[in-house]
Amino acid sequence: MDNSMVIKQKFFTPRTYILLILGIIGILTMIYRLAVGLGPTTNLSDTHPWGLWIAFDVMTGVALAAGGFTVTFAAYIANWKKYKPIARAATLTAFLGYLLVVIGLFMDIGKPFAFWHPFFLWNPHSVMFEIIICVTLYTTVLTLEFLPWLLERLNVLTGIRDFLEQKTVVFFLVILGIMLSYGHQSSLGGLFLIDPDKLHPLWYSHIMHHLFFLSAICAGISMVSIETIISANLRKVEYEFEVLQGLARGAAIALLVYFVIRFLDIGIHGKLHFIFQWSKYSILFLIEMGLCVLVSMIFLSCRTIQRSVPSLLVFHSLVIFGVILNRFDVVFLTESNMGRGFYFPSWQEIAITLGLISIGLFLYKLIVTYLPIFDVPSDQVA
Amino acid sequence: MAKAVLVDITRCIGCRSCQVACKEWHNLPATHTIMTGEYTNPQNLSAECYTLIDFLDQGKGNVPAWYFVKHQCLHCKDPACVSACPVGALQKMKDGPVVYDQWRCIGCRYCMVACPFHIPKYEWDTTNPWIQKCDFCADRIEMGLKPMCVTACPRDVMYFDDYEKVVAEAKKRINKEPGKYVNHIYGLDEAGGTSWIYISDVPFEKLGFNEKVIKKPYPSFTWKNDLSTVLWEEVGLLAILAGIAYFRNRTSSKEGKNG
Ligand code: SF4
Ligand code: SF4
Repeated sequence: MDNSMVIKQKFFTPRTYILLILGIIGILTMIYRLAVGLGPTTNLSDTHPWGLWIAFDVMTGVALAAGGFTVTFAAYIANWKKYKPIARAATLTAFLGYLLVVIGLFMDIGKPFAFWHPFFLWNPHSVMFEIIICVTLYTTVLTLEFLPWLLERLNVLTGIRDFLEQKTVVFFLVILGIMLSYGHQSSLGGLFLIDPDKLHPLWYSHIMHHLFFLSAICAGISMVSIETIISANLRKVEYEFEVLQGLARGAAIALLVYFVIRFLDIGIHGKLHFIFQWSKYSILFLIEMGLCVLVSMIFLSCRTIQRSVPSLLVFHSLVIFGVILNRFDVVFLTESNMGRGFYFPSWQEIAITLGLISIGLFLYKLIVTYLPIFDVPSDQVA
Repeated sequence: MAKAVLVDITRCIGCRSCQVACKEWHNLPATHTIMTGEYTNPQNLSAECYTLIDFLDQGKGNVPAWYFVKHQCLHCKDPACVSACPVGALQKMKDGPVVYDQWRCIGCRYCMVACPFHIPKYEWDTTNPWIQKCDFCADRIEMGLKPMCVTACPRDVMYFDDYEKVVAEAKKRINKEPGKYVNHIYGLDEAGGTSWIYISDVPFEKLGFNEKVIKKPYPSFTWKNDLSTVLWEEVGLLAILAGIAYFRNRTSSKEGKNG
């Protein structure tokens, strides 16, 4: 394929500049954070040891990047050919997402320059250990999946590129990616298995690691759908309704599975009465499960909705909002039982989070403009 | 031999000798505290304060009835923090103490989230922050000494000895004066058993003890997500994925229909 495939459009628009500025502010704040430590830059405290960076940059970031392994599963493992054209974009999103997650984690740990310790000092029983190892390995896998496209564009190191594009290597990376994703997506929920007396019963569950994995799949599919719509807009091409419809159906099925399992779990453990107590908790739960899961599920399975781009945007966003809310609920409801104390992120925490998002969007735009991500003939997709 | 401590809440007079002695032994700096109208001072455990006497008035009307509750790490037998730490910076020693190694720590603060008693605290204001918590004076125990707070106490509130003897002593005191003590040794079963145990003459929930603590070792809750379990799940997943990949990609002519 040649470079005429990439988007012919002005790269620097006002929006790009805004992303650039936010990104630079974020990077400067990161340098400041590394220079002075967590205390002066965050509102974290002994009663709130985890804040915005863990709840959003790490927990939510990983969940939203789940589109990568979901779509590669559909496109390669299940060989549903219609998803092949979006496989690259989904992988790219996951790659950028994980890059940001890793940077977010690096900012959050108290001794950033000790980040390599878990590779040498093992505590295999620790859920955190598993997360750190899996996230790093998966980021490596994503880098290897992304690398050929960069090499293709730069037209260097063709040997490495050819190797990485071999069918066996591609399948190996895809399968490894799915296995690693399963490992850490669920472990992010598994972190809280050790907090049975801190987390509210509606969120605590003996299978919450599986619930995290399932909800990440929902979020991942919704992210990919929104991305597919936006990129079609960007490239001024027709929407691929066959793909969008499939994704909407996939999201609805994933939501249904999640909904049923979570309710069964709550029911079996006799916790249903918590739902209609009309307390702060029951309202949060109803927004999460009622509005974001149940309502989106019903609408996303309607044929008319599946063919209307604005509705798809609304309901997929609702799914994503639900998953963000879920991650925030789990982190902050756990901490609300760690003693008196109030947490609201400091401006530095917000600046770094916004900066990371902006860097991600900026790089995404840069890459789809200059690298062959979209419109790859399906027989050449690798 | 694993050491343990029995804290007899009925004996404490709230002099805070232990609080001061602990700071001295561990070279912890004095902190600036403020008047809050409460007697507990400082308000919470922190990186500069490993142990604290909580002042609680259980009186009715004008008749005060003060209780003084000593807080510090309970040195669980099977500690949540130890199992949570990704790099093994927290370790349970054979003679009882749960100790911290700052050279290993990466500062993820999962130990703080995992501890059922909210014990580990963080040095938020440095660029090389450590987790801080009571270490059971592991260095003193190794030398054959009692922990600093036990030594400093003028009222013999704490009884330090081998674990079995300490538990026997707690039972003996309760049985000797059944009207005096509530029939509950806090820490005997809580979180699967702790090296520091308490007896009291009022129910523990009135003294701010976490009564929701589950009476099982906390590390057992994450076994479901332990690497040894996950590895088997991964093997199963690998088989499934390979199977699907093989059957779905057998012949290129087989066009993928959405399923
Ligand atoms: S009380 Fe908390 S910090 Fe102390 S050993 Fe138990 S889990 Fe660890
Ligand atoms: S903060 Fe340090 S001691 Fe605590 S769990 Fe993380 S690495 Fe281990």
